[in-house]
Amino acid sequence: MRLVLHVWRQAGPAAAGRFARYEATDVSPDMSFLEMLDVLNEALVARKEEPIAFDHDCREGICGSCGIVINGRPHGPQRATTACQLHMRQFADGDEIWIEPWRARAFPVLKDLVVDRGAFDRVIQAGGFITARTGSAPEANGLPVPKRDADRAMDAAACIGCGACVAACPNASAMLFVAAKVSHLGSLPQGQPERYSRVVRMVGAMDEAGFGACTNHGECMAACPKEISVDVIAQLNRDLLHATLRPPREGKAWSGAA
Amino acid sequence: MTVELRSRVPDGPIEQKWERHRFEMKLVNPANKRKFDVIVVGSGLAGASAAASLAELGYRVSCFCFQDSPRRAHSIAAQGGINAAKNYQNDGDSVWRLFYDTVKGGDFRSREANVHRLAQISVDIIDQCVAQGVPFAREYGGLLANRSFGGAQVSRTFYARGQTGQQLLLGAYQALSRQIGLGQVTMHPRTEMLDIVLVDGKARGIVVRDLVTGRIRSHAAHAVVLATGGYANVYFLSTNAKGCNVTATWRAAKRGALFANPCFTQIHPTCIPAHGPHQSKLTLMSESLRNDGRIWVPRQKGDTRRPRDIPASERDYYLERLYPSFGNLVPRDVASRRAKEMCDAGHSVVPGGHGVYLDFRDAIQRLGQPAIAERYGNLFDMYARITGENPYEVPMRIYPAPHYTMGGLWVDYNLMSNLEGLHVIGEANFSDHGANRLGASALMQGLADGYFILPYTIGDYLAQANLTPVDESHSAFRQVEAEVAERTARLLGVNGSTSVDALHRELGRILWDRCGMSRTRAGLEQAIDAIHELRDRFWKDVYVGGKGEDLNQALEKAGRVADFLEFAELLCEDALQREESCGGHFREEYQTADGEARRDDARFSYVAAWEWKGAGTAPMLHKEPLTFEHVHLAQRSYK
Repeated sequence: MRLVLHVWRQAGPAAAGRFARYEATDVSPDMSFLEMLDVLNEALVARKEEPIAFDHDCREGICGSCGIVINGRPHGPQRATTACQLHMRQFADGDEIWIEPWRARAFPVLKDLVVDRGAFDRVIQAGGFITARTGSAPEANGLPVPKRDADRAMDAAACIGCGACVAACPNASAMLFVAAKVSHLGSLPQGQPERYSRVVRMVGAMDEAGFGACTNHGECMAACPKEISVDVIAQLNRDLLHATLRPPREGKAWSGAA
Repeated sequence: MTVELRSRVPDGPIEQKWERHRFEMKLVNPANKRKFDVIVVGSGLAGASAAASLAELGYRVSCFCFQDSPRRAHSIAAQGGINAAKNYQNDGDSVWRLFYDTVKGGDFRSREANVHRLAQISVDIIDQCVAQGVPFAREYGGLLANRSFGGAQVSRTFYARGQTGQQLLLGAYQALSRQIGLGQVTMHPRTEMLDIVLVDGKARGIVVRDLVTGRIRSHAAHAVVLATGGYANVYFLSTNAKGCNVTATWRAAKRGALFANPCFTQIHPTCIPAHGPHQSKLTLMSESLRNDGRIWVPRQKGDTRRPRDIPASERDYYLERLYPSFGNLVPRDVASRRAKEMCDAGHSVVPGGHGVYLDFRDAIQRLGQPAIAERYGNLFDMYARITGENPYEVPMRIYPAPHYTMGGLWVDYNLMSNLEGLHVIGEANFSDHGANRLGASALMQGLADGYFILPYTIGDYLAQANLTPVDESHSAFRQVEAEVAERTARLLGVNGSTSVDALHRELGRILWDRCGMSRTRAGLEQAIDAIHELRDRFWKDVYVGGKGEDLNQALEKAGRVADFLEFAELLCEDALQREESCGGHFREEYQTADGEARRDDARFSYVAAWEWKGAGTAPMLHKEPLTFEHVHLAQRSYK
């Protein structure tokens, strides 16, 4: 196949970016999208031009490193598929493809297609955990968990933290990401003691990071490579409302994670 | 430097060694823990669990990873599960049985005392992970579910769908994140360790490169922990993530740490074959597929008929033919080697490449498609996404791929290398798997090291080490920084015409052909010559481009490949000296009449620990003898 690529090139966080036009020839339909970019980069290196920077690691759709907007859609056209698992047979000879980084205020561009997703880590640091010191755990089967709850927790826990939900949202909201973690931990009995302080702290960190508000577009769910349902957002809103209307009984309110 | 190989295995009955050792180790006073800085490099299962646990104890921890977030370390890609001797299924499992299976599965090349401790700790890991909210699979009654894995005769594997590694890593990452939020851990993502700094022979810090700004700087500490994973990417094509590398452990080796058993590499039998010259990595398909799939090739060489047009009489179900009792469930190393033999003999089912069929036709006829979809649906979907073929209708094509490396830096019972203060955990050390790792044991070892072993043993070191105050202004740091900067400049300065990836691909080809699933003296000697030649070419003709003071992914890769080019030689040297076949190491000269591995316990029952002697000088071999008092030495048989 022969393709025309328009790739976002940006030298650094403060630099102005622009689309650069490249032609990719001899593209095999069996290549993954990132392998197609590898080949393009090899060609750039051969011409002593700087290759395109893009994040990637496992190339199996699980680490969440890769994240590029392909023709306006995070991770491209195939349902439930990360960019690294997208294969060129999804495209046709002669196609023009526009390739951009995630666009969101909370995810500043570092270079070309690479963005800083540190805001996600800060949200987790604020409360996305169950406090369980090493060594203090009770016997694993001491507390049975109904299978339905365990399955619901697992559905939410499948999130890979790639950020496609933010990139897809017209408001650049991180609600699906935050709600997936709130829902994962809040569905389990082990997560109950911190359930309401967790949601308040995580939403606080989310707002502080500069993500937008959720206005129920549902674009996040359509873009999510792990098909996490917006139902988790309803769960978050319920817990947040509960926490706001009824002060918690978990010690000294929301400050300090200890 | 004189090297002393002291395994420090405690005395006493094997069941009591760890308990006793925990009592005998020195403790650091709680008020003094905050005076100690510990560096943890790597944030996978071993690194994240160690960093979190050390911080909980009160140490000041700095943690480093090259990924943009500690949550993305390659432990995340593990699919199958984690073993633990809980005996929840009442099927006769026990600590002793897990210990026995692991020593035997490792083909008697691991330390008994370490493996027994691993089996003991396995039960605590499950408790810890459940308390953190890891959503393991459960039965309808709400209790934890188990499955049998990798041919084990008991069901001791805990799992979270096909994403066990992801869920365990997120548990450790969340514990780590909590400590970052509390200010007990300083996290340095997108930061790559490029060297280690020794002061008075003790590990006192590291030199890193900030992968965004390119800035090179030092970090001092009282102890350094490497949790930097394995080196399967030396083969270029492997199931490892693209960033996995040997740099941290190899840099430590060049500063005097011994590298143990590098030739013990694991080739996983069920991966999707390479599709062409641009293949960038290989994807694993879970081992569980062999429970229902039948492996075959056409009897006729070069048969180009579609699989459904080949009648049963013209198919060779070679594993069932060679191993009537285990059939398609023979261990990984055996299944891999036999696939290679069939393809080398001309029976490959991938035109111009290598592959064998993994066929579900009979299972679908017997159980129905919905039952197969229920068991393997997500794997079938993944296969279809990558290959464009529907495995419900046509057989899968699979081929072995490098997957895990049992070798690593030599460590004693306390997980400390021969360099004082340098601890090595997880896949990065050589410890517990011997010559072959059993399925679902990698996650167990990473978390055992990080949650339950290192946090105790590092205290024993710090309590007695009598360390002088050292900070980054010390001349040792200045000197290593200068060396790192000089090396970076050298990589950029070659300015040749071959890309880093092209050279890495060539290295991978050499190793895969000559030091992969089967090895010979002649082949290994050729490989070493070819590696010399390639290394010279790398330093004459590599083109990196860009600047050092910038986000420069080609430069990152170049540094890693330069280290692989040195390390690859040691890998071959180790394979050359080990004149026996055991586990993942198969020397064609040492096999039984029917083509099985022939171990030589009289000559090779030792850990091969290599000392780097400088470029162009042969490395020096040190041997740690292995004795087996509890598990009877036996030849494996799967007939």
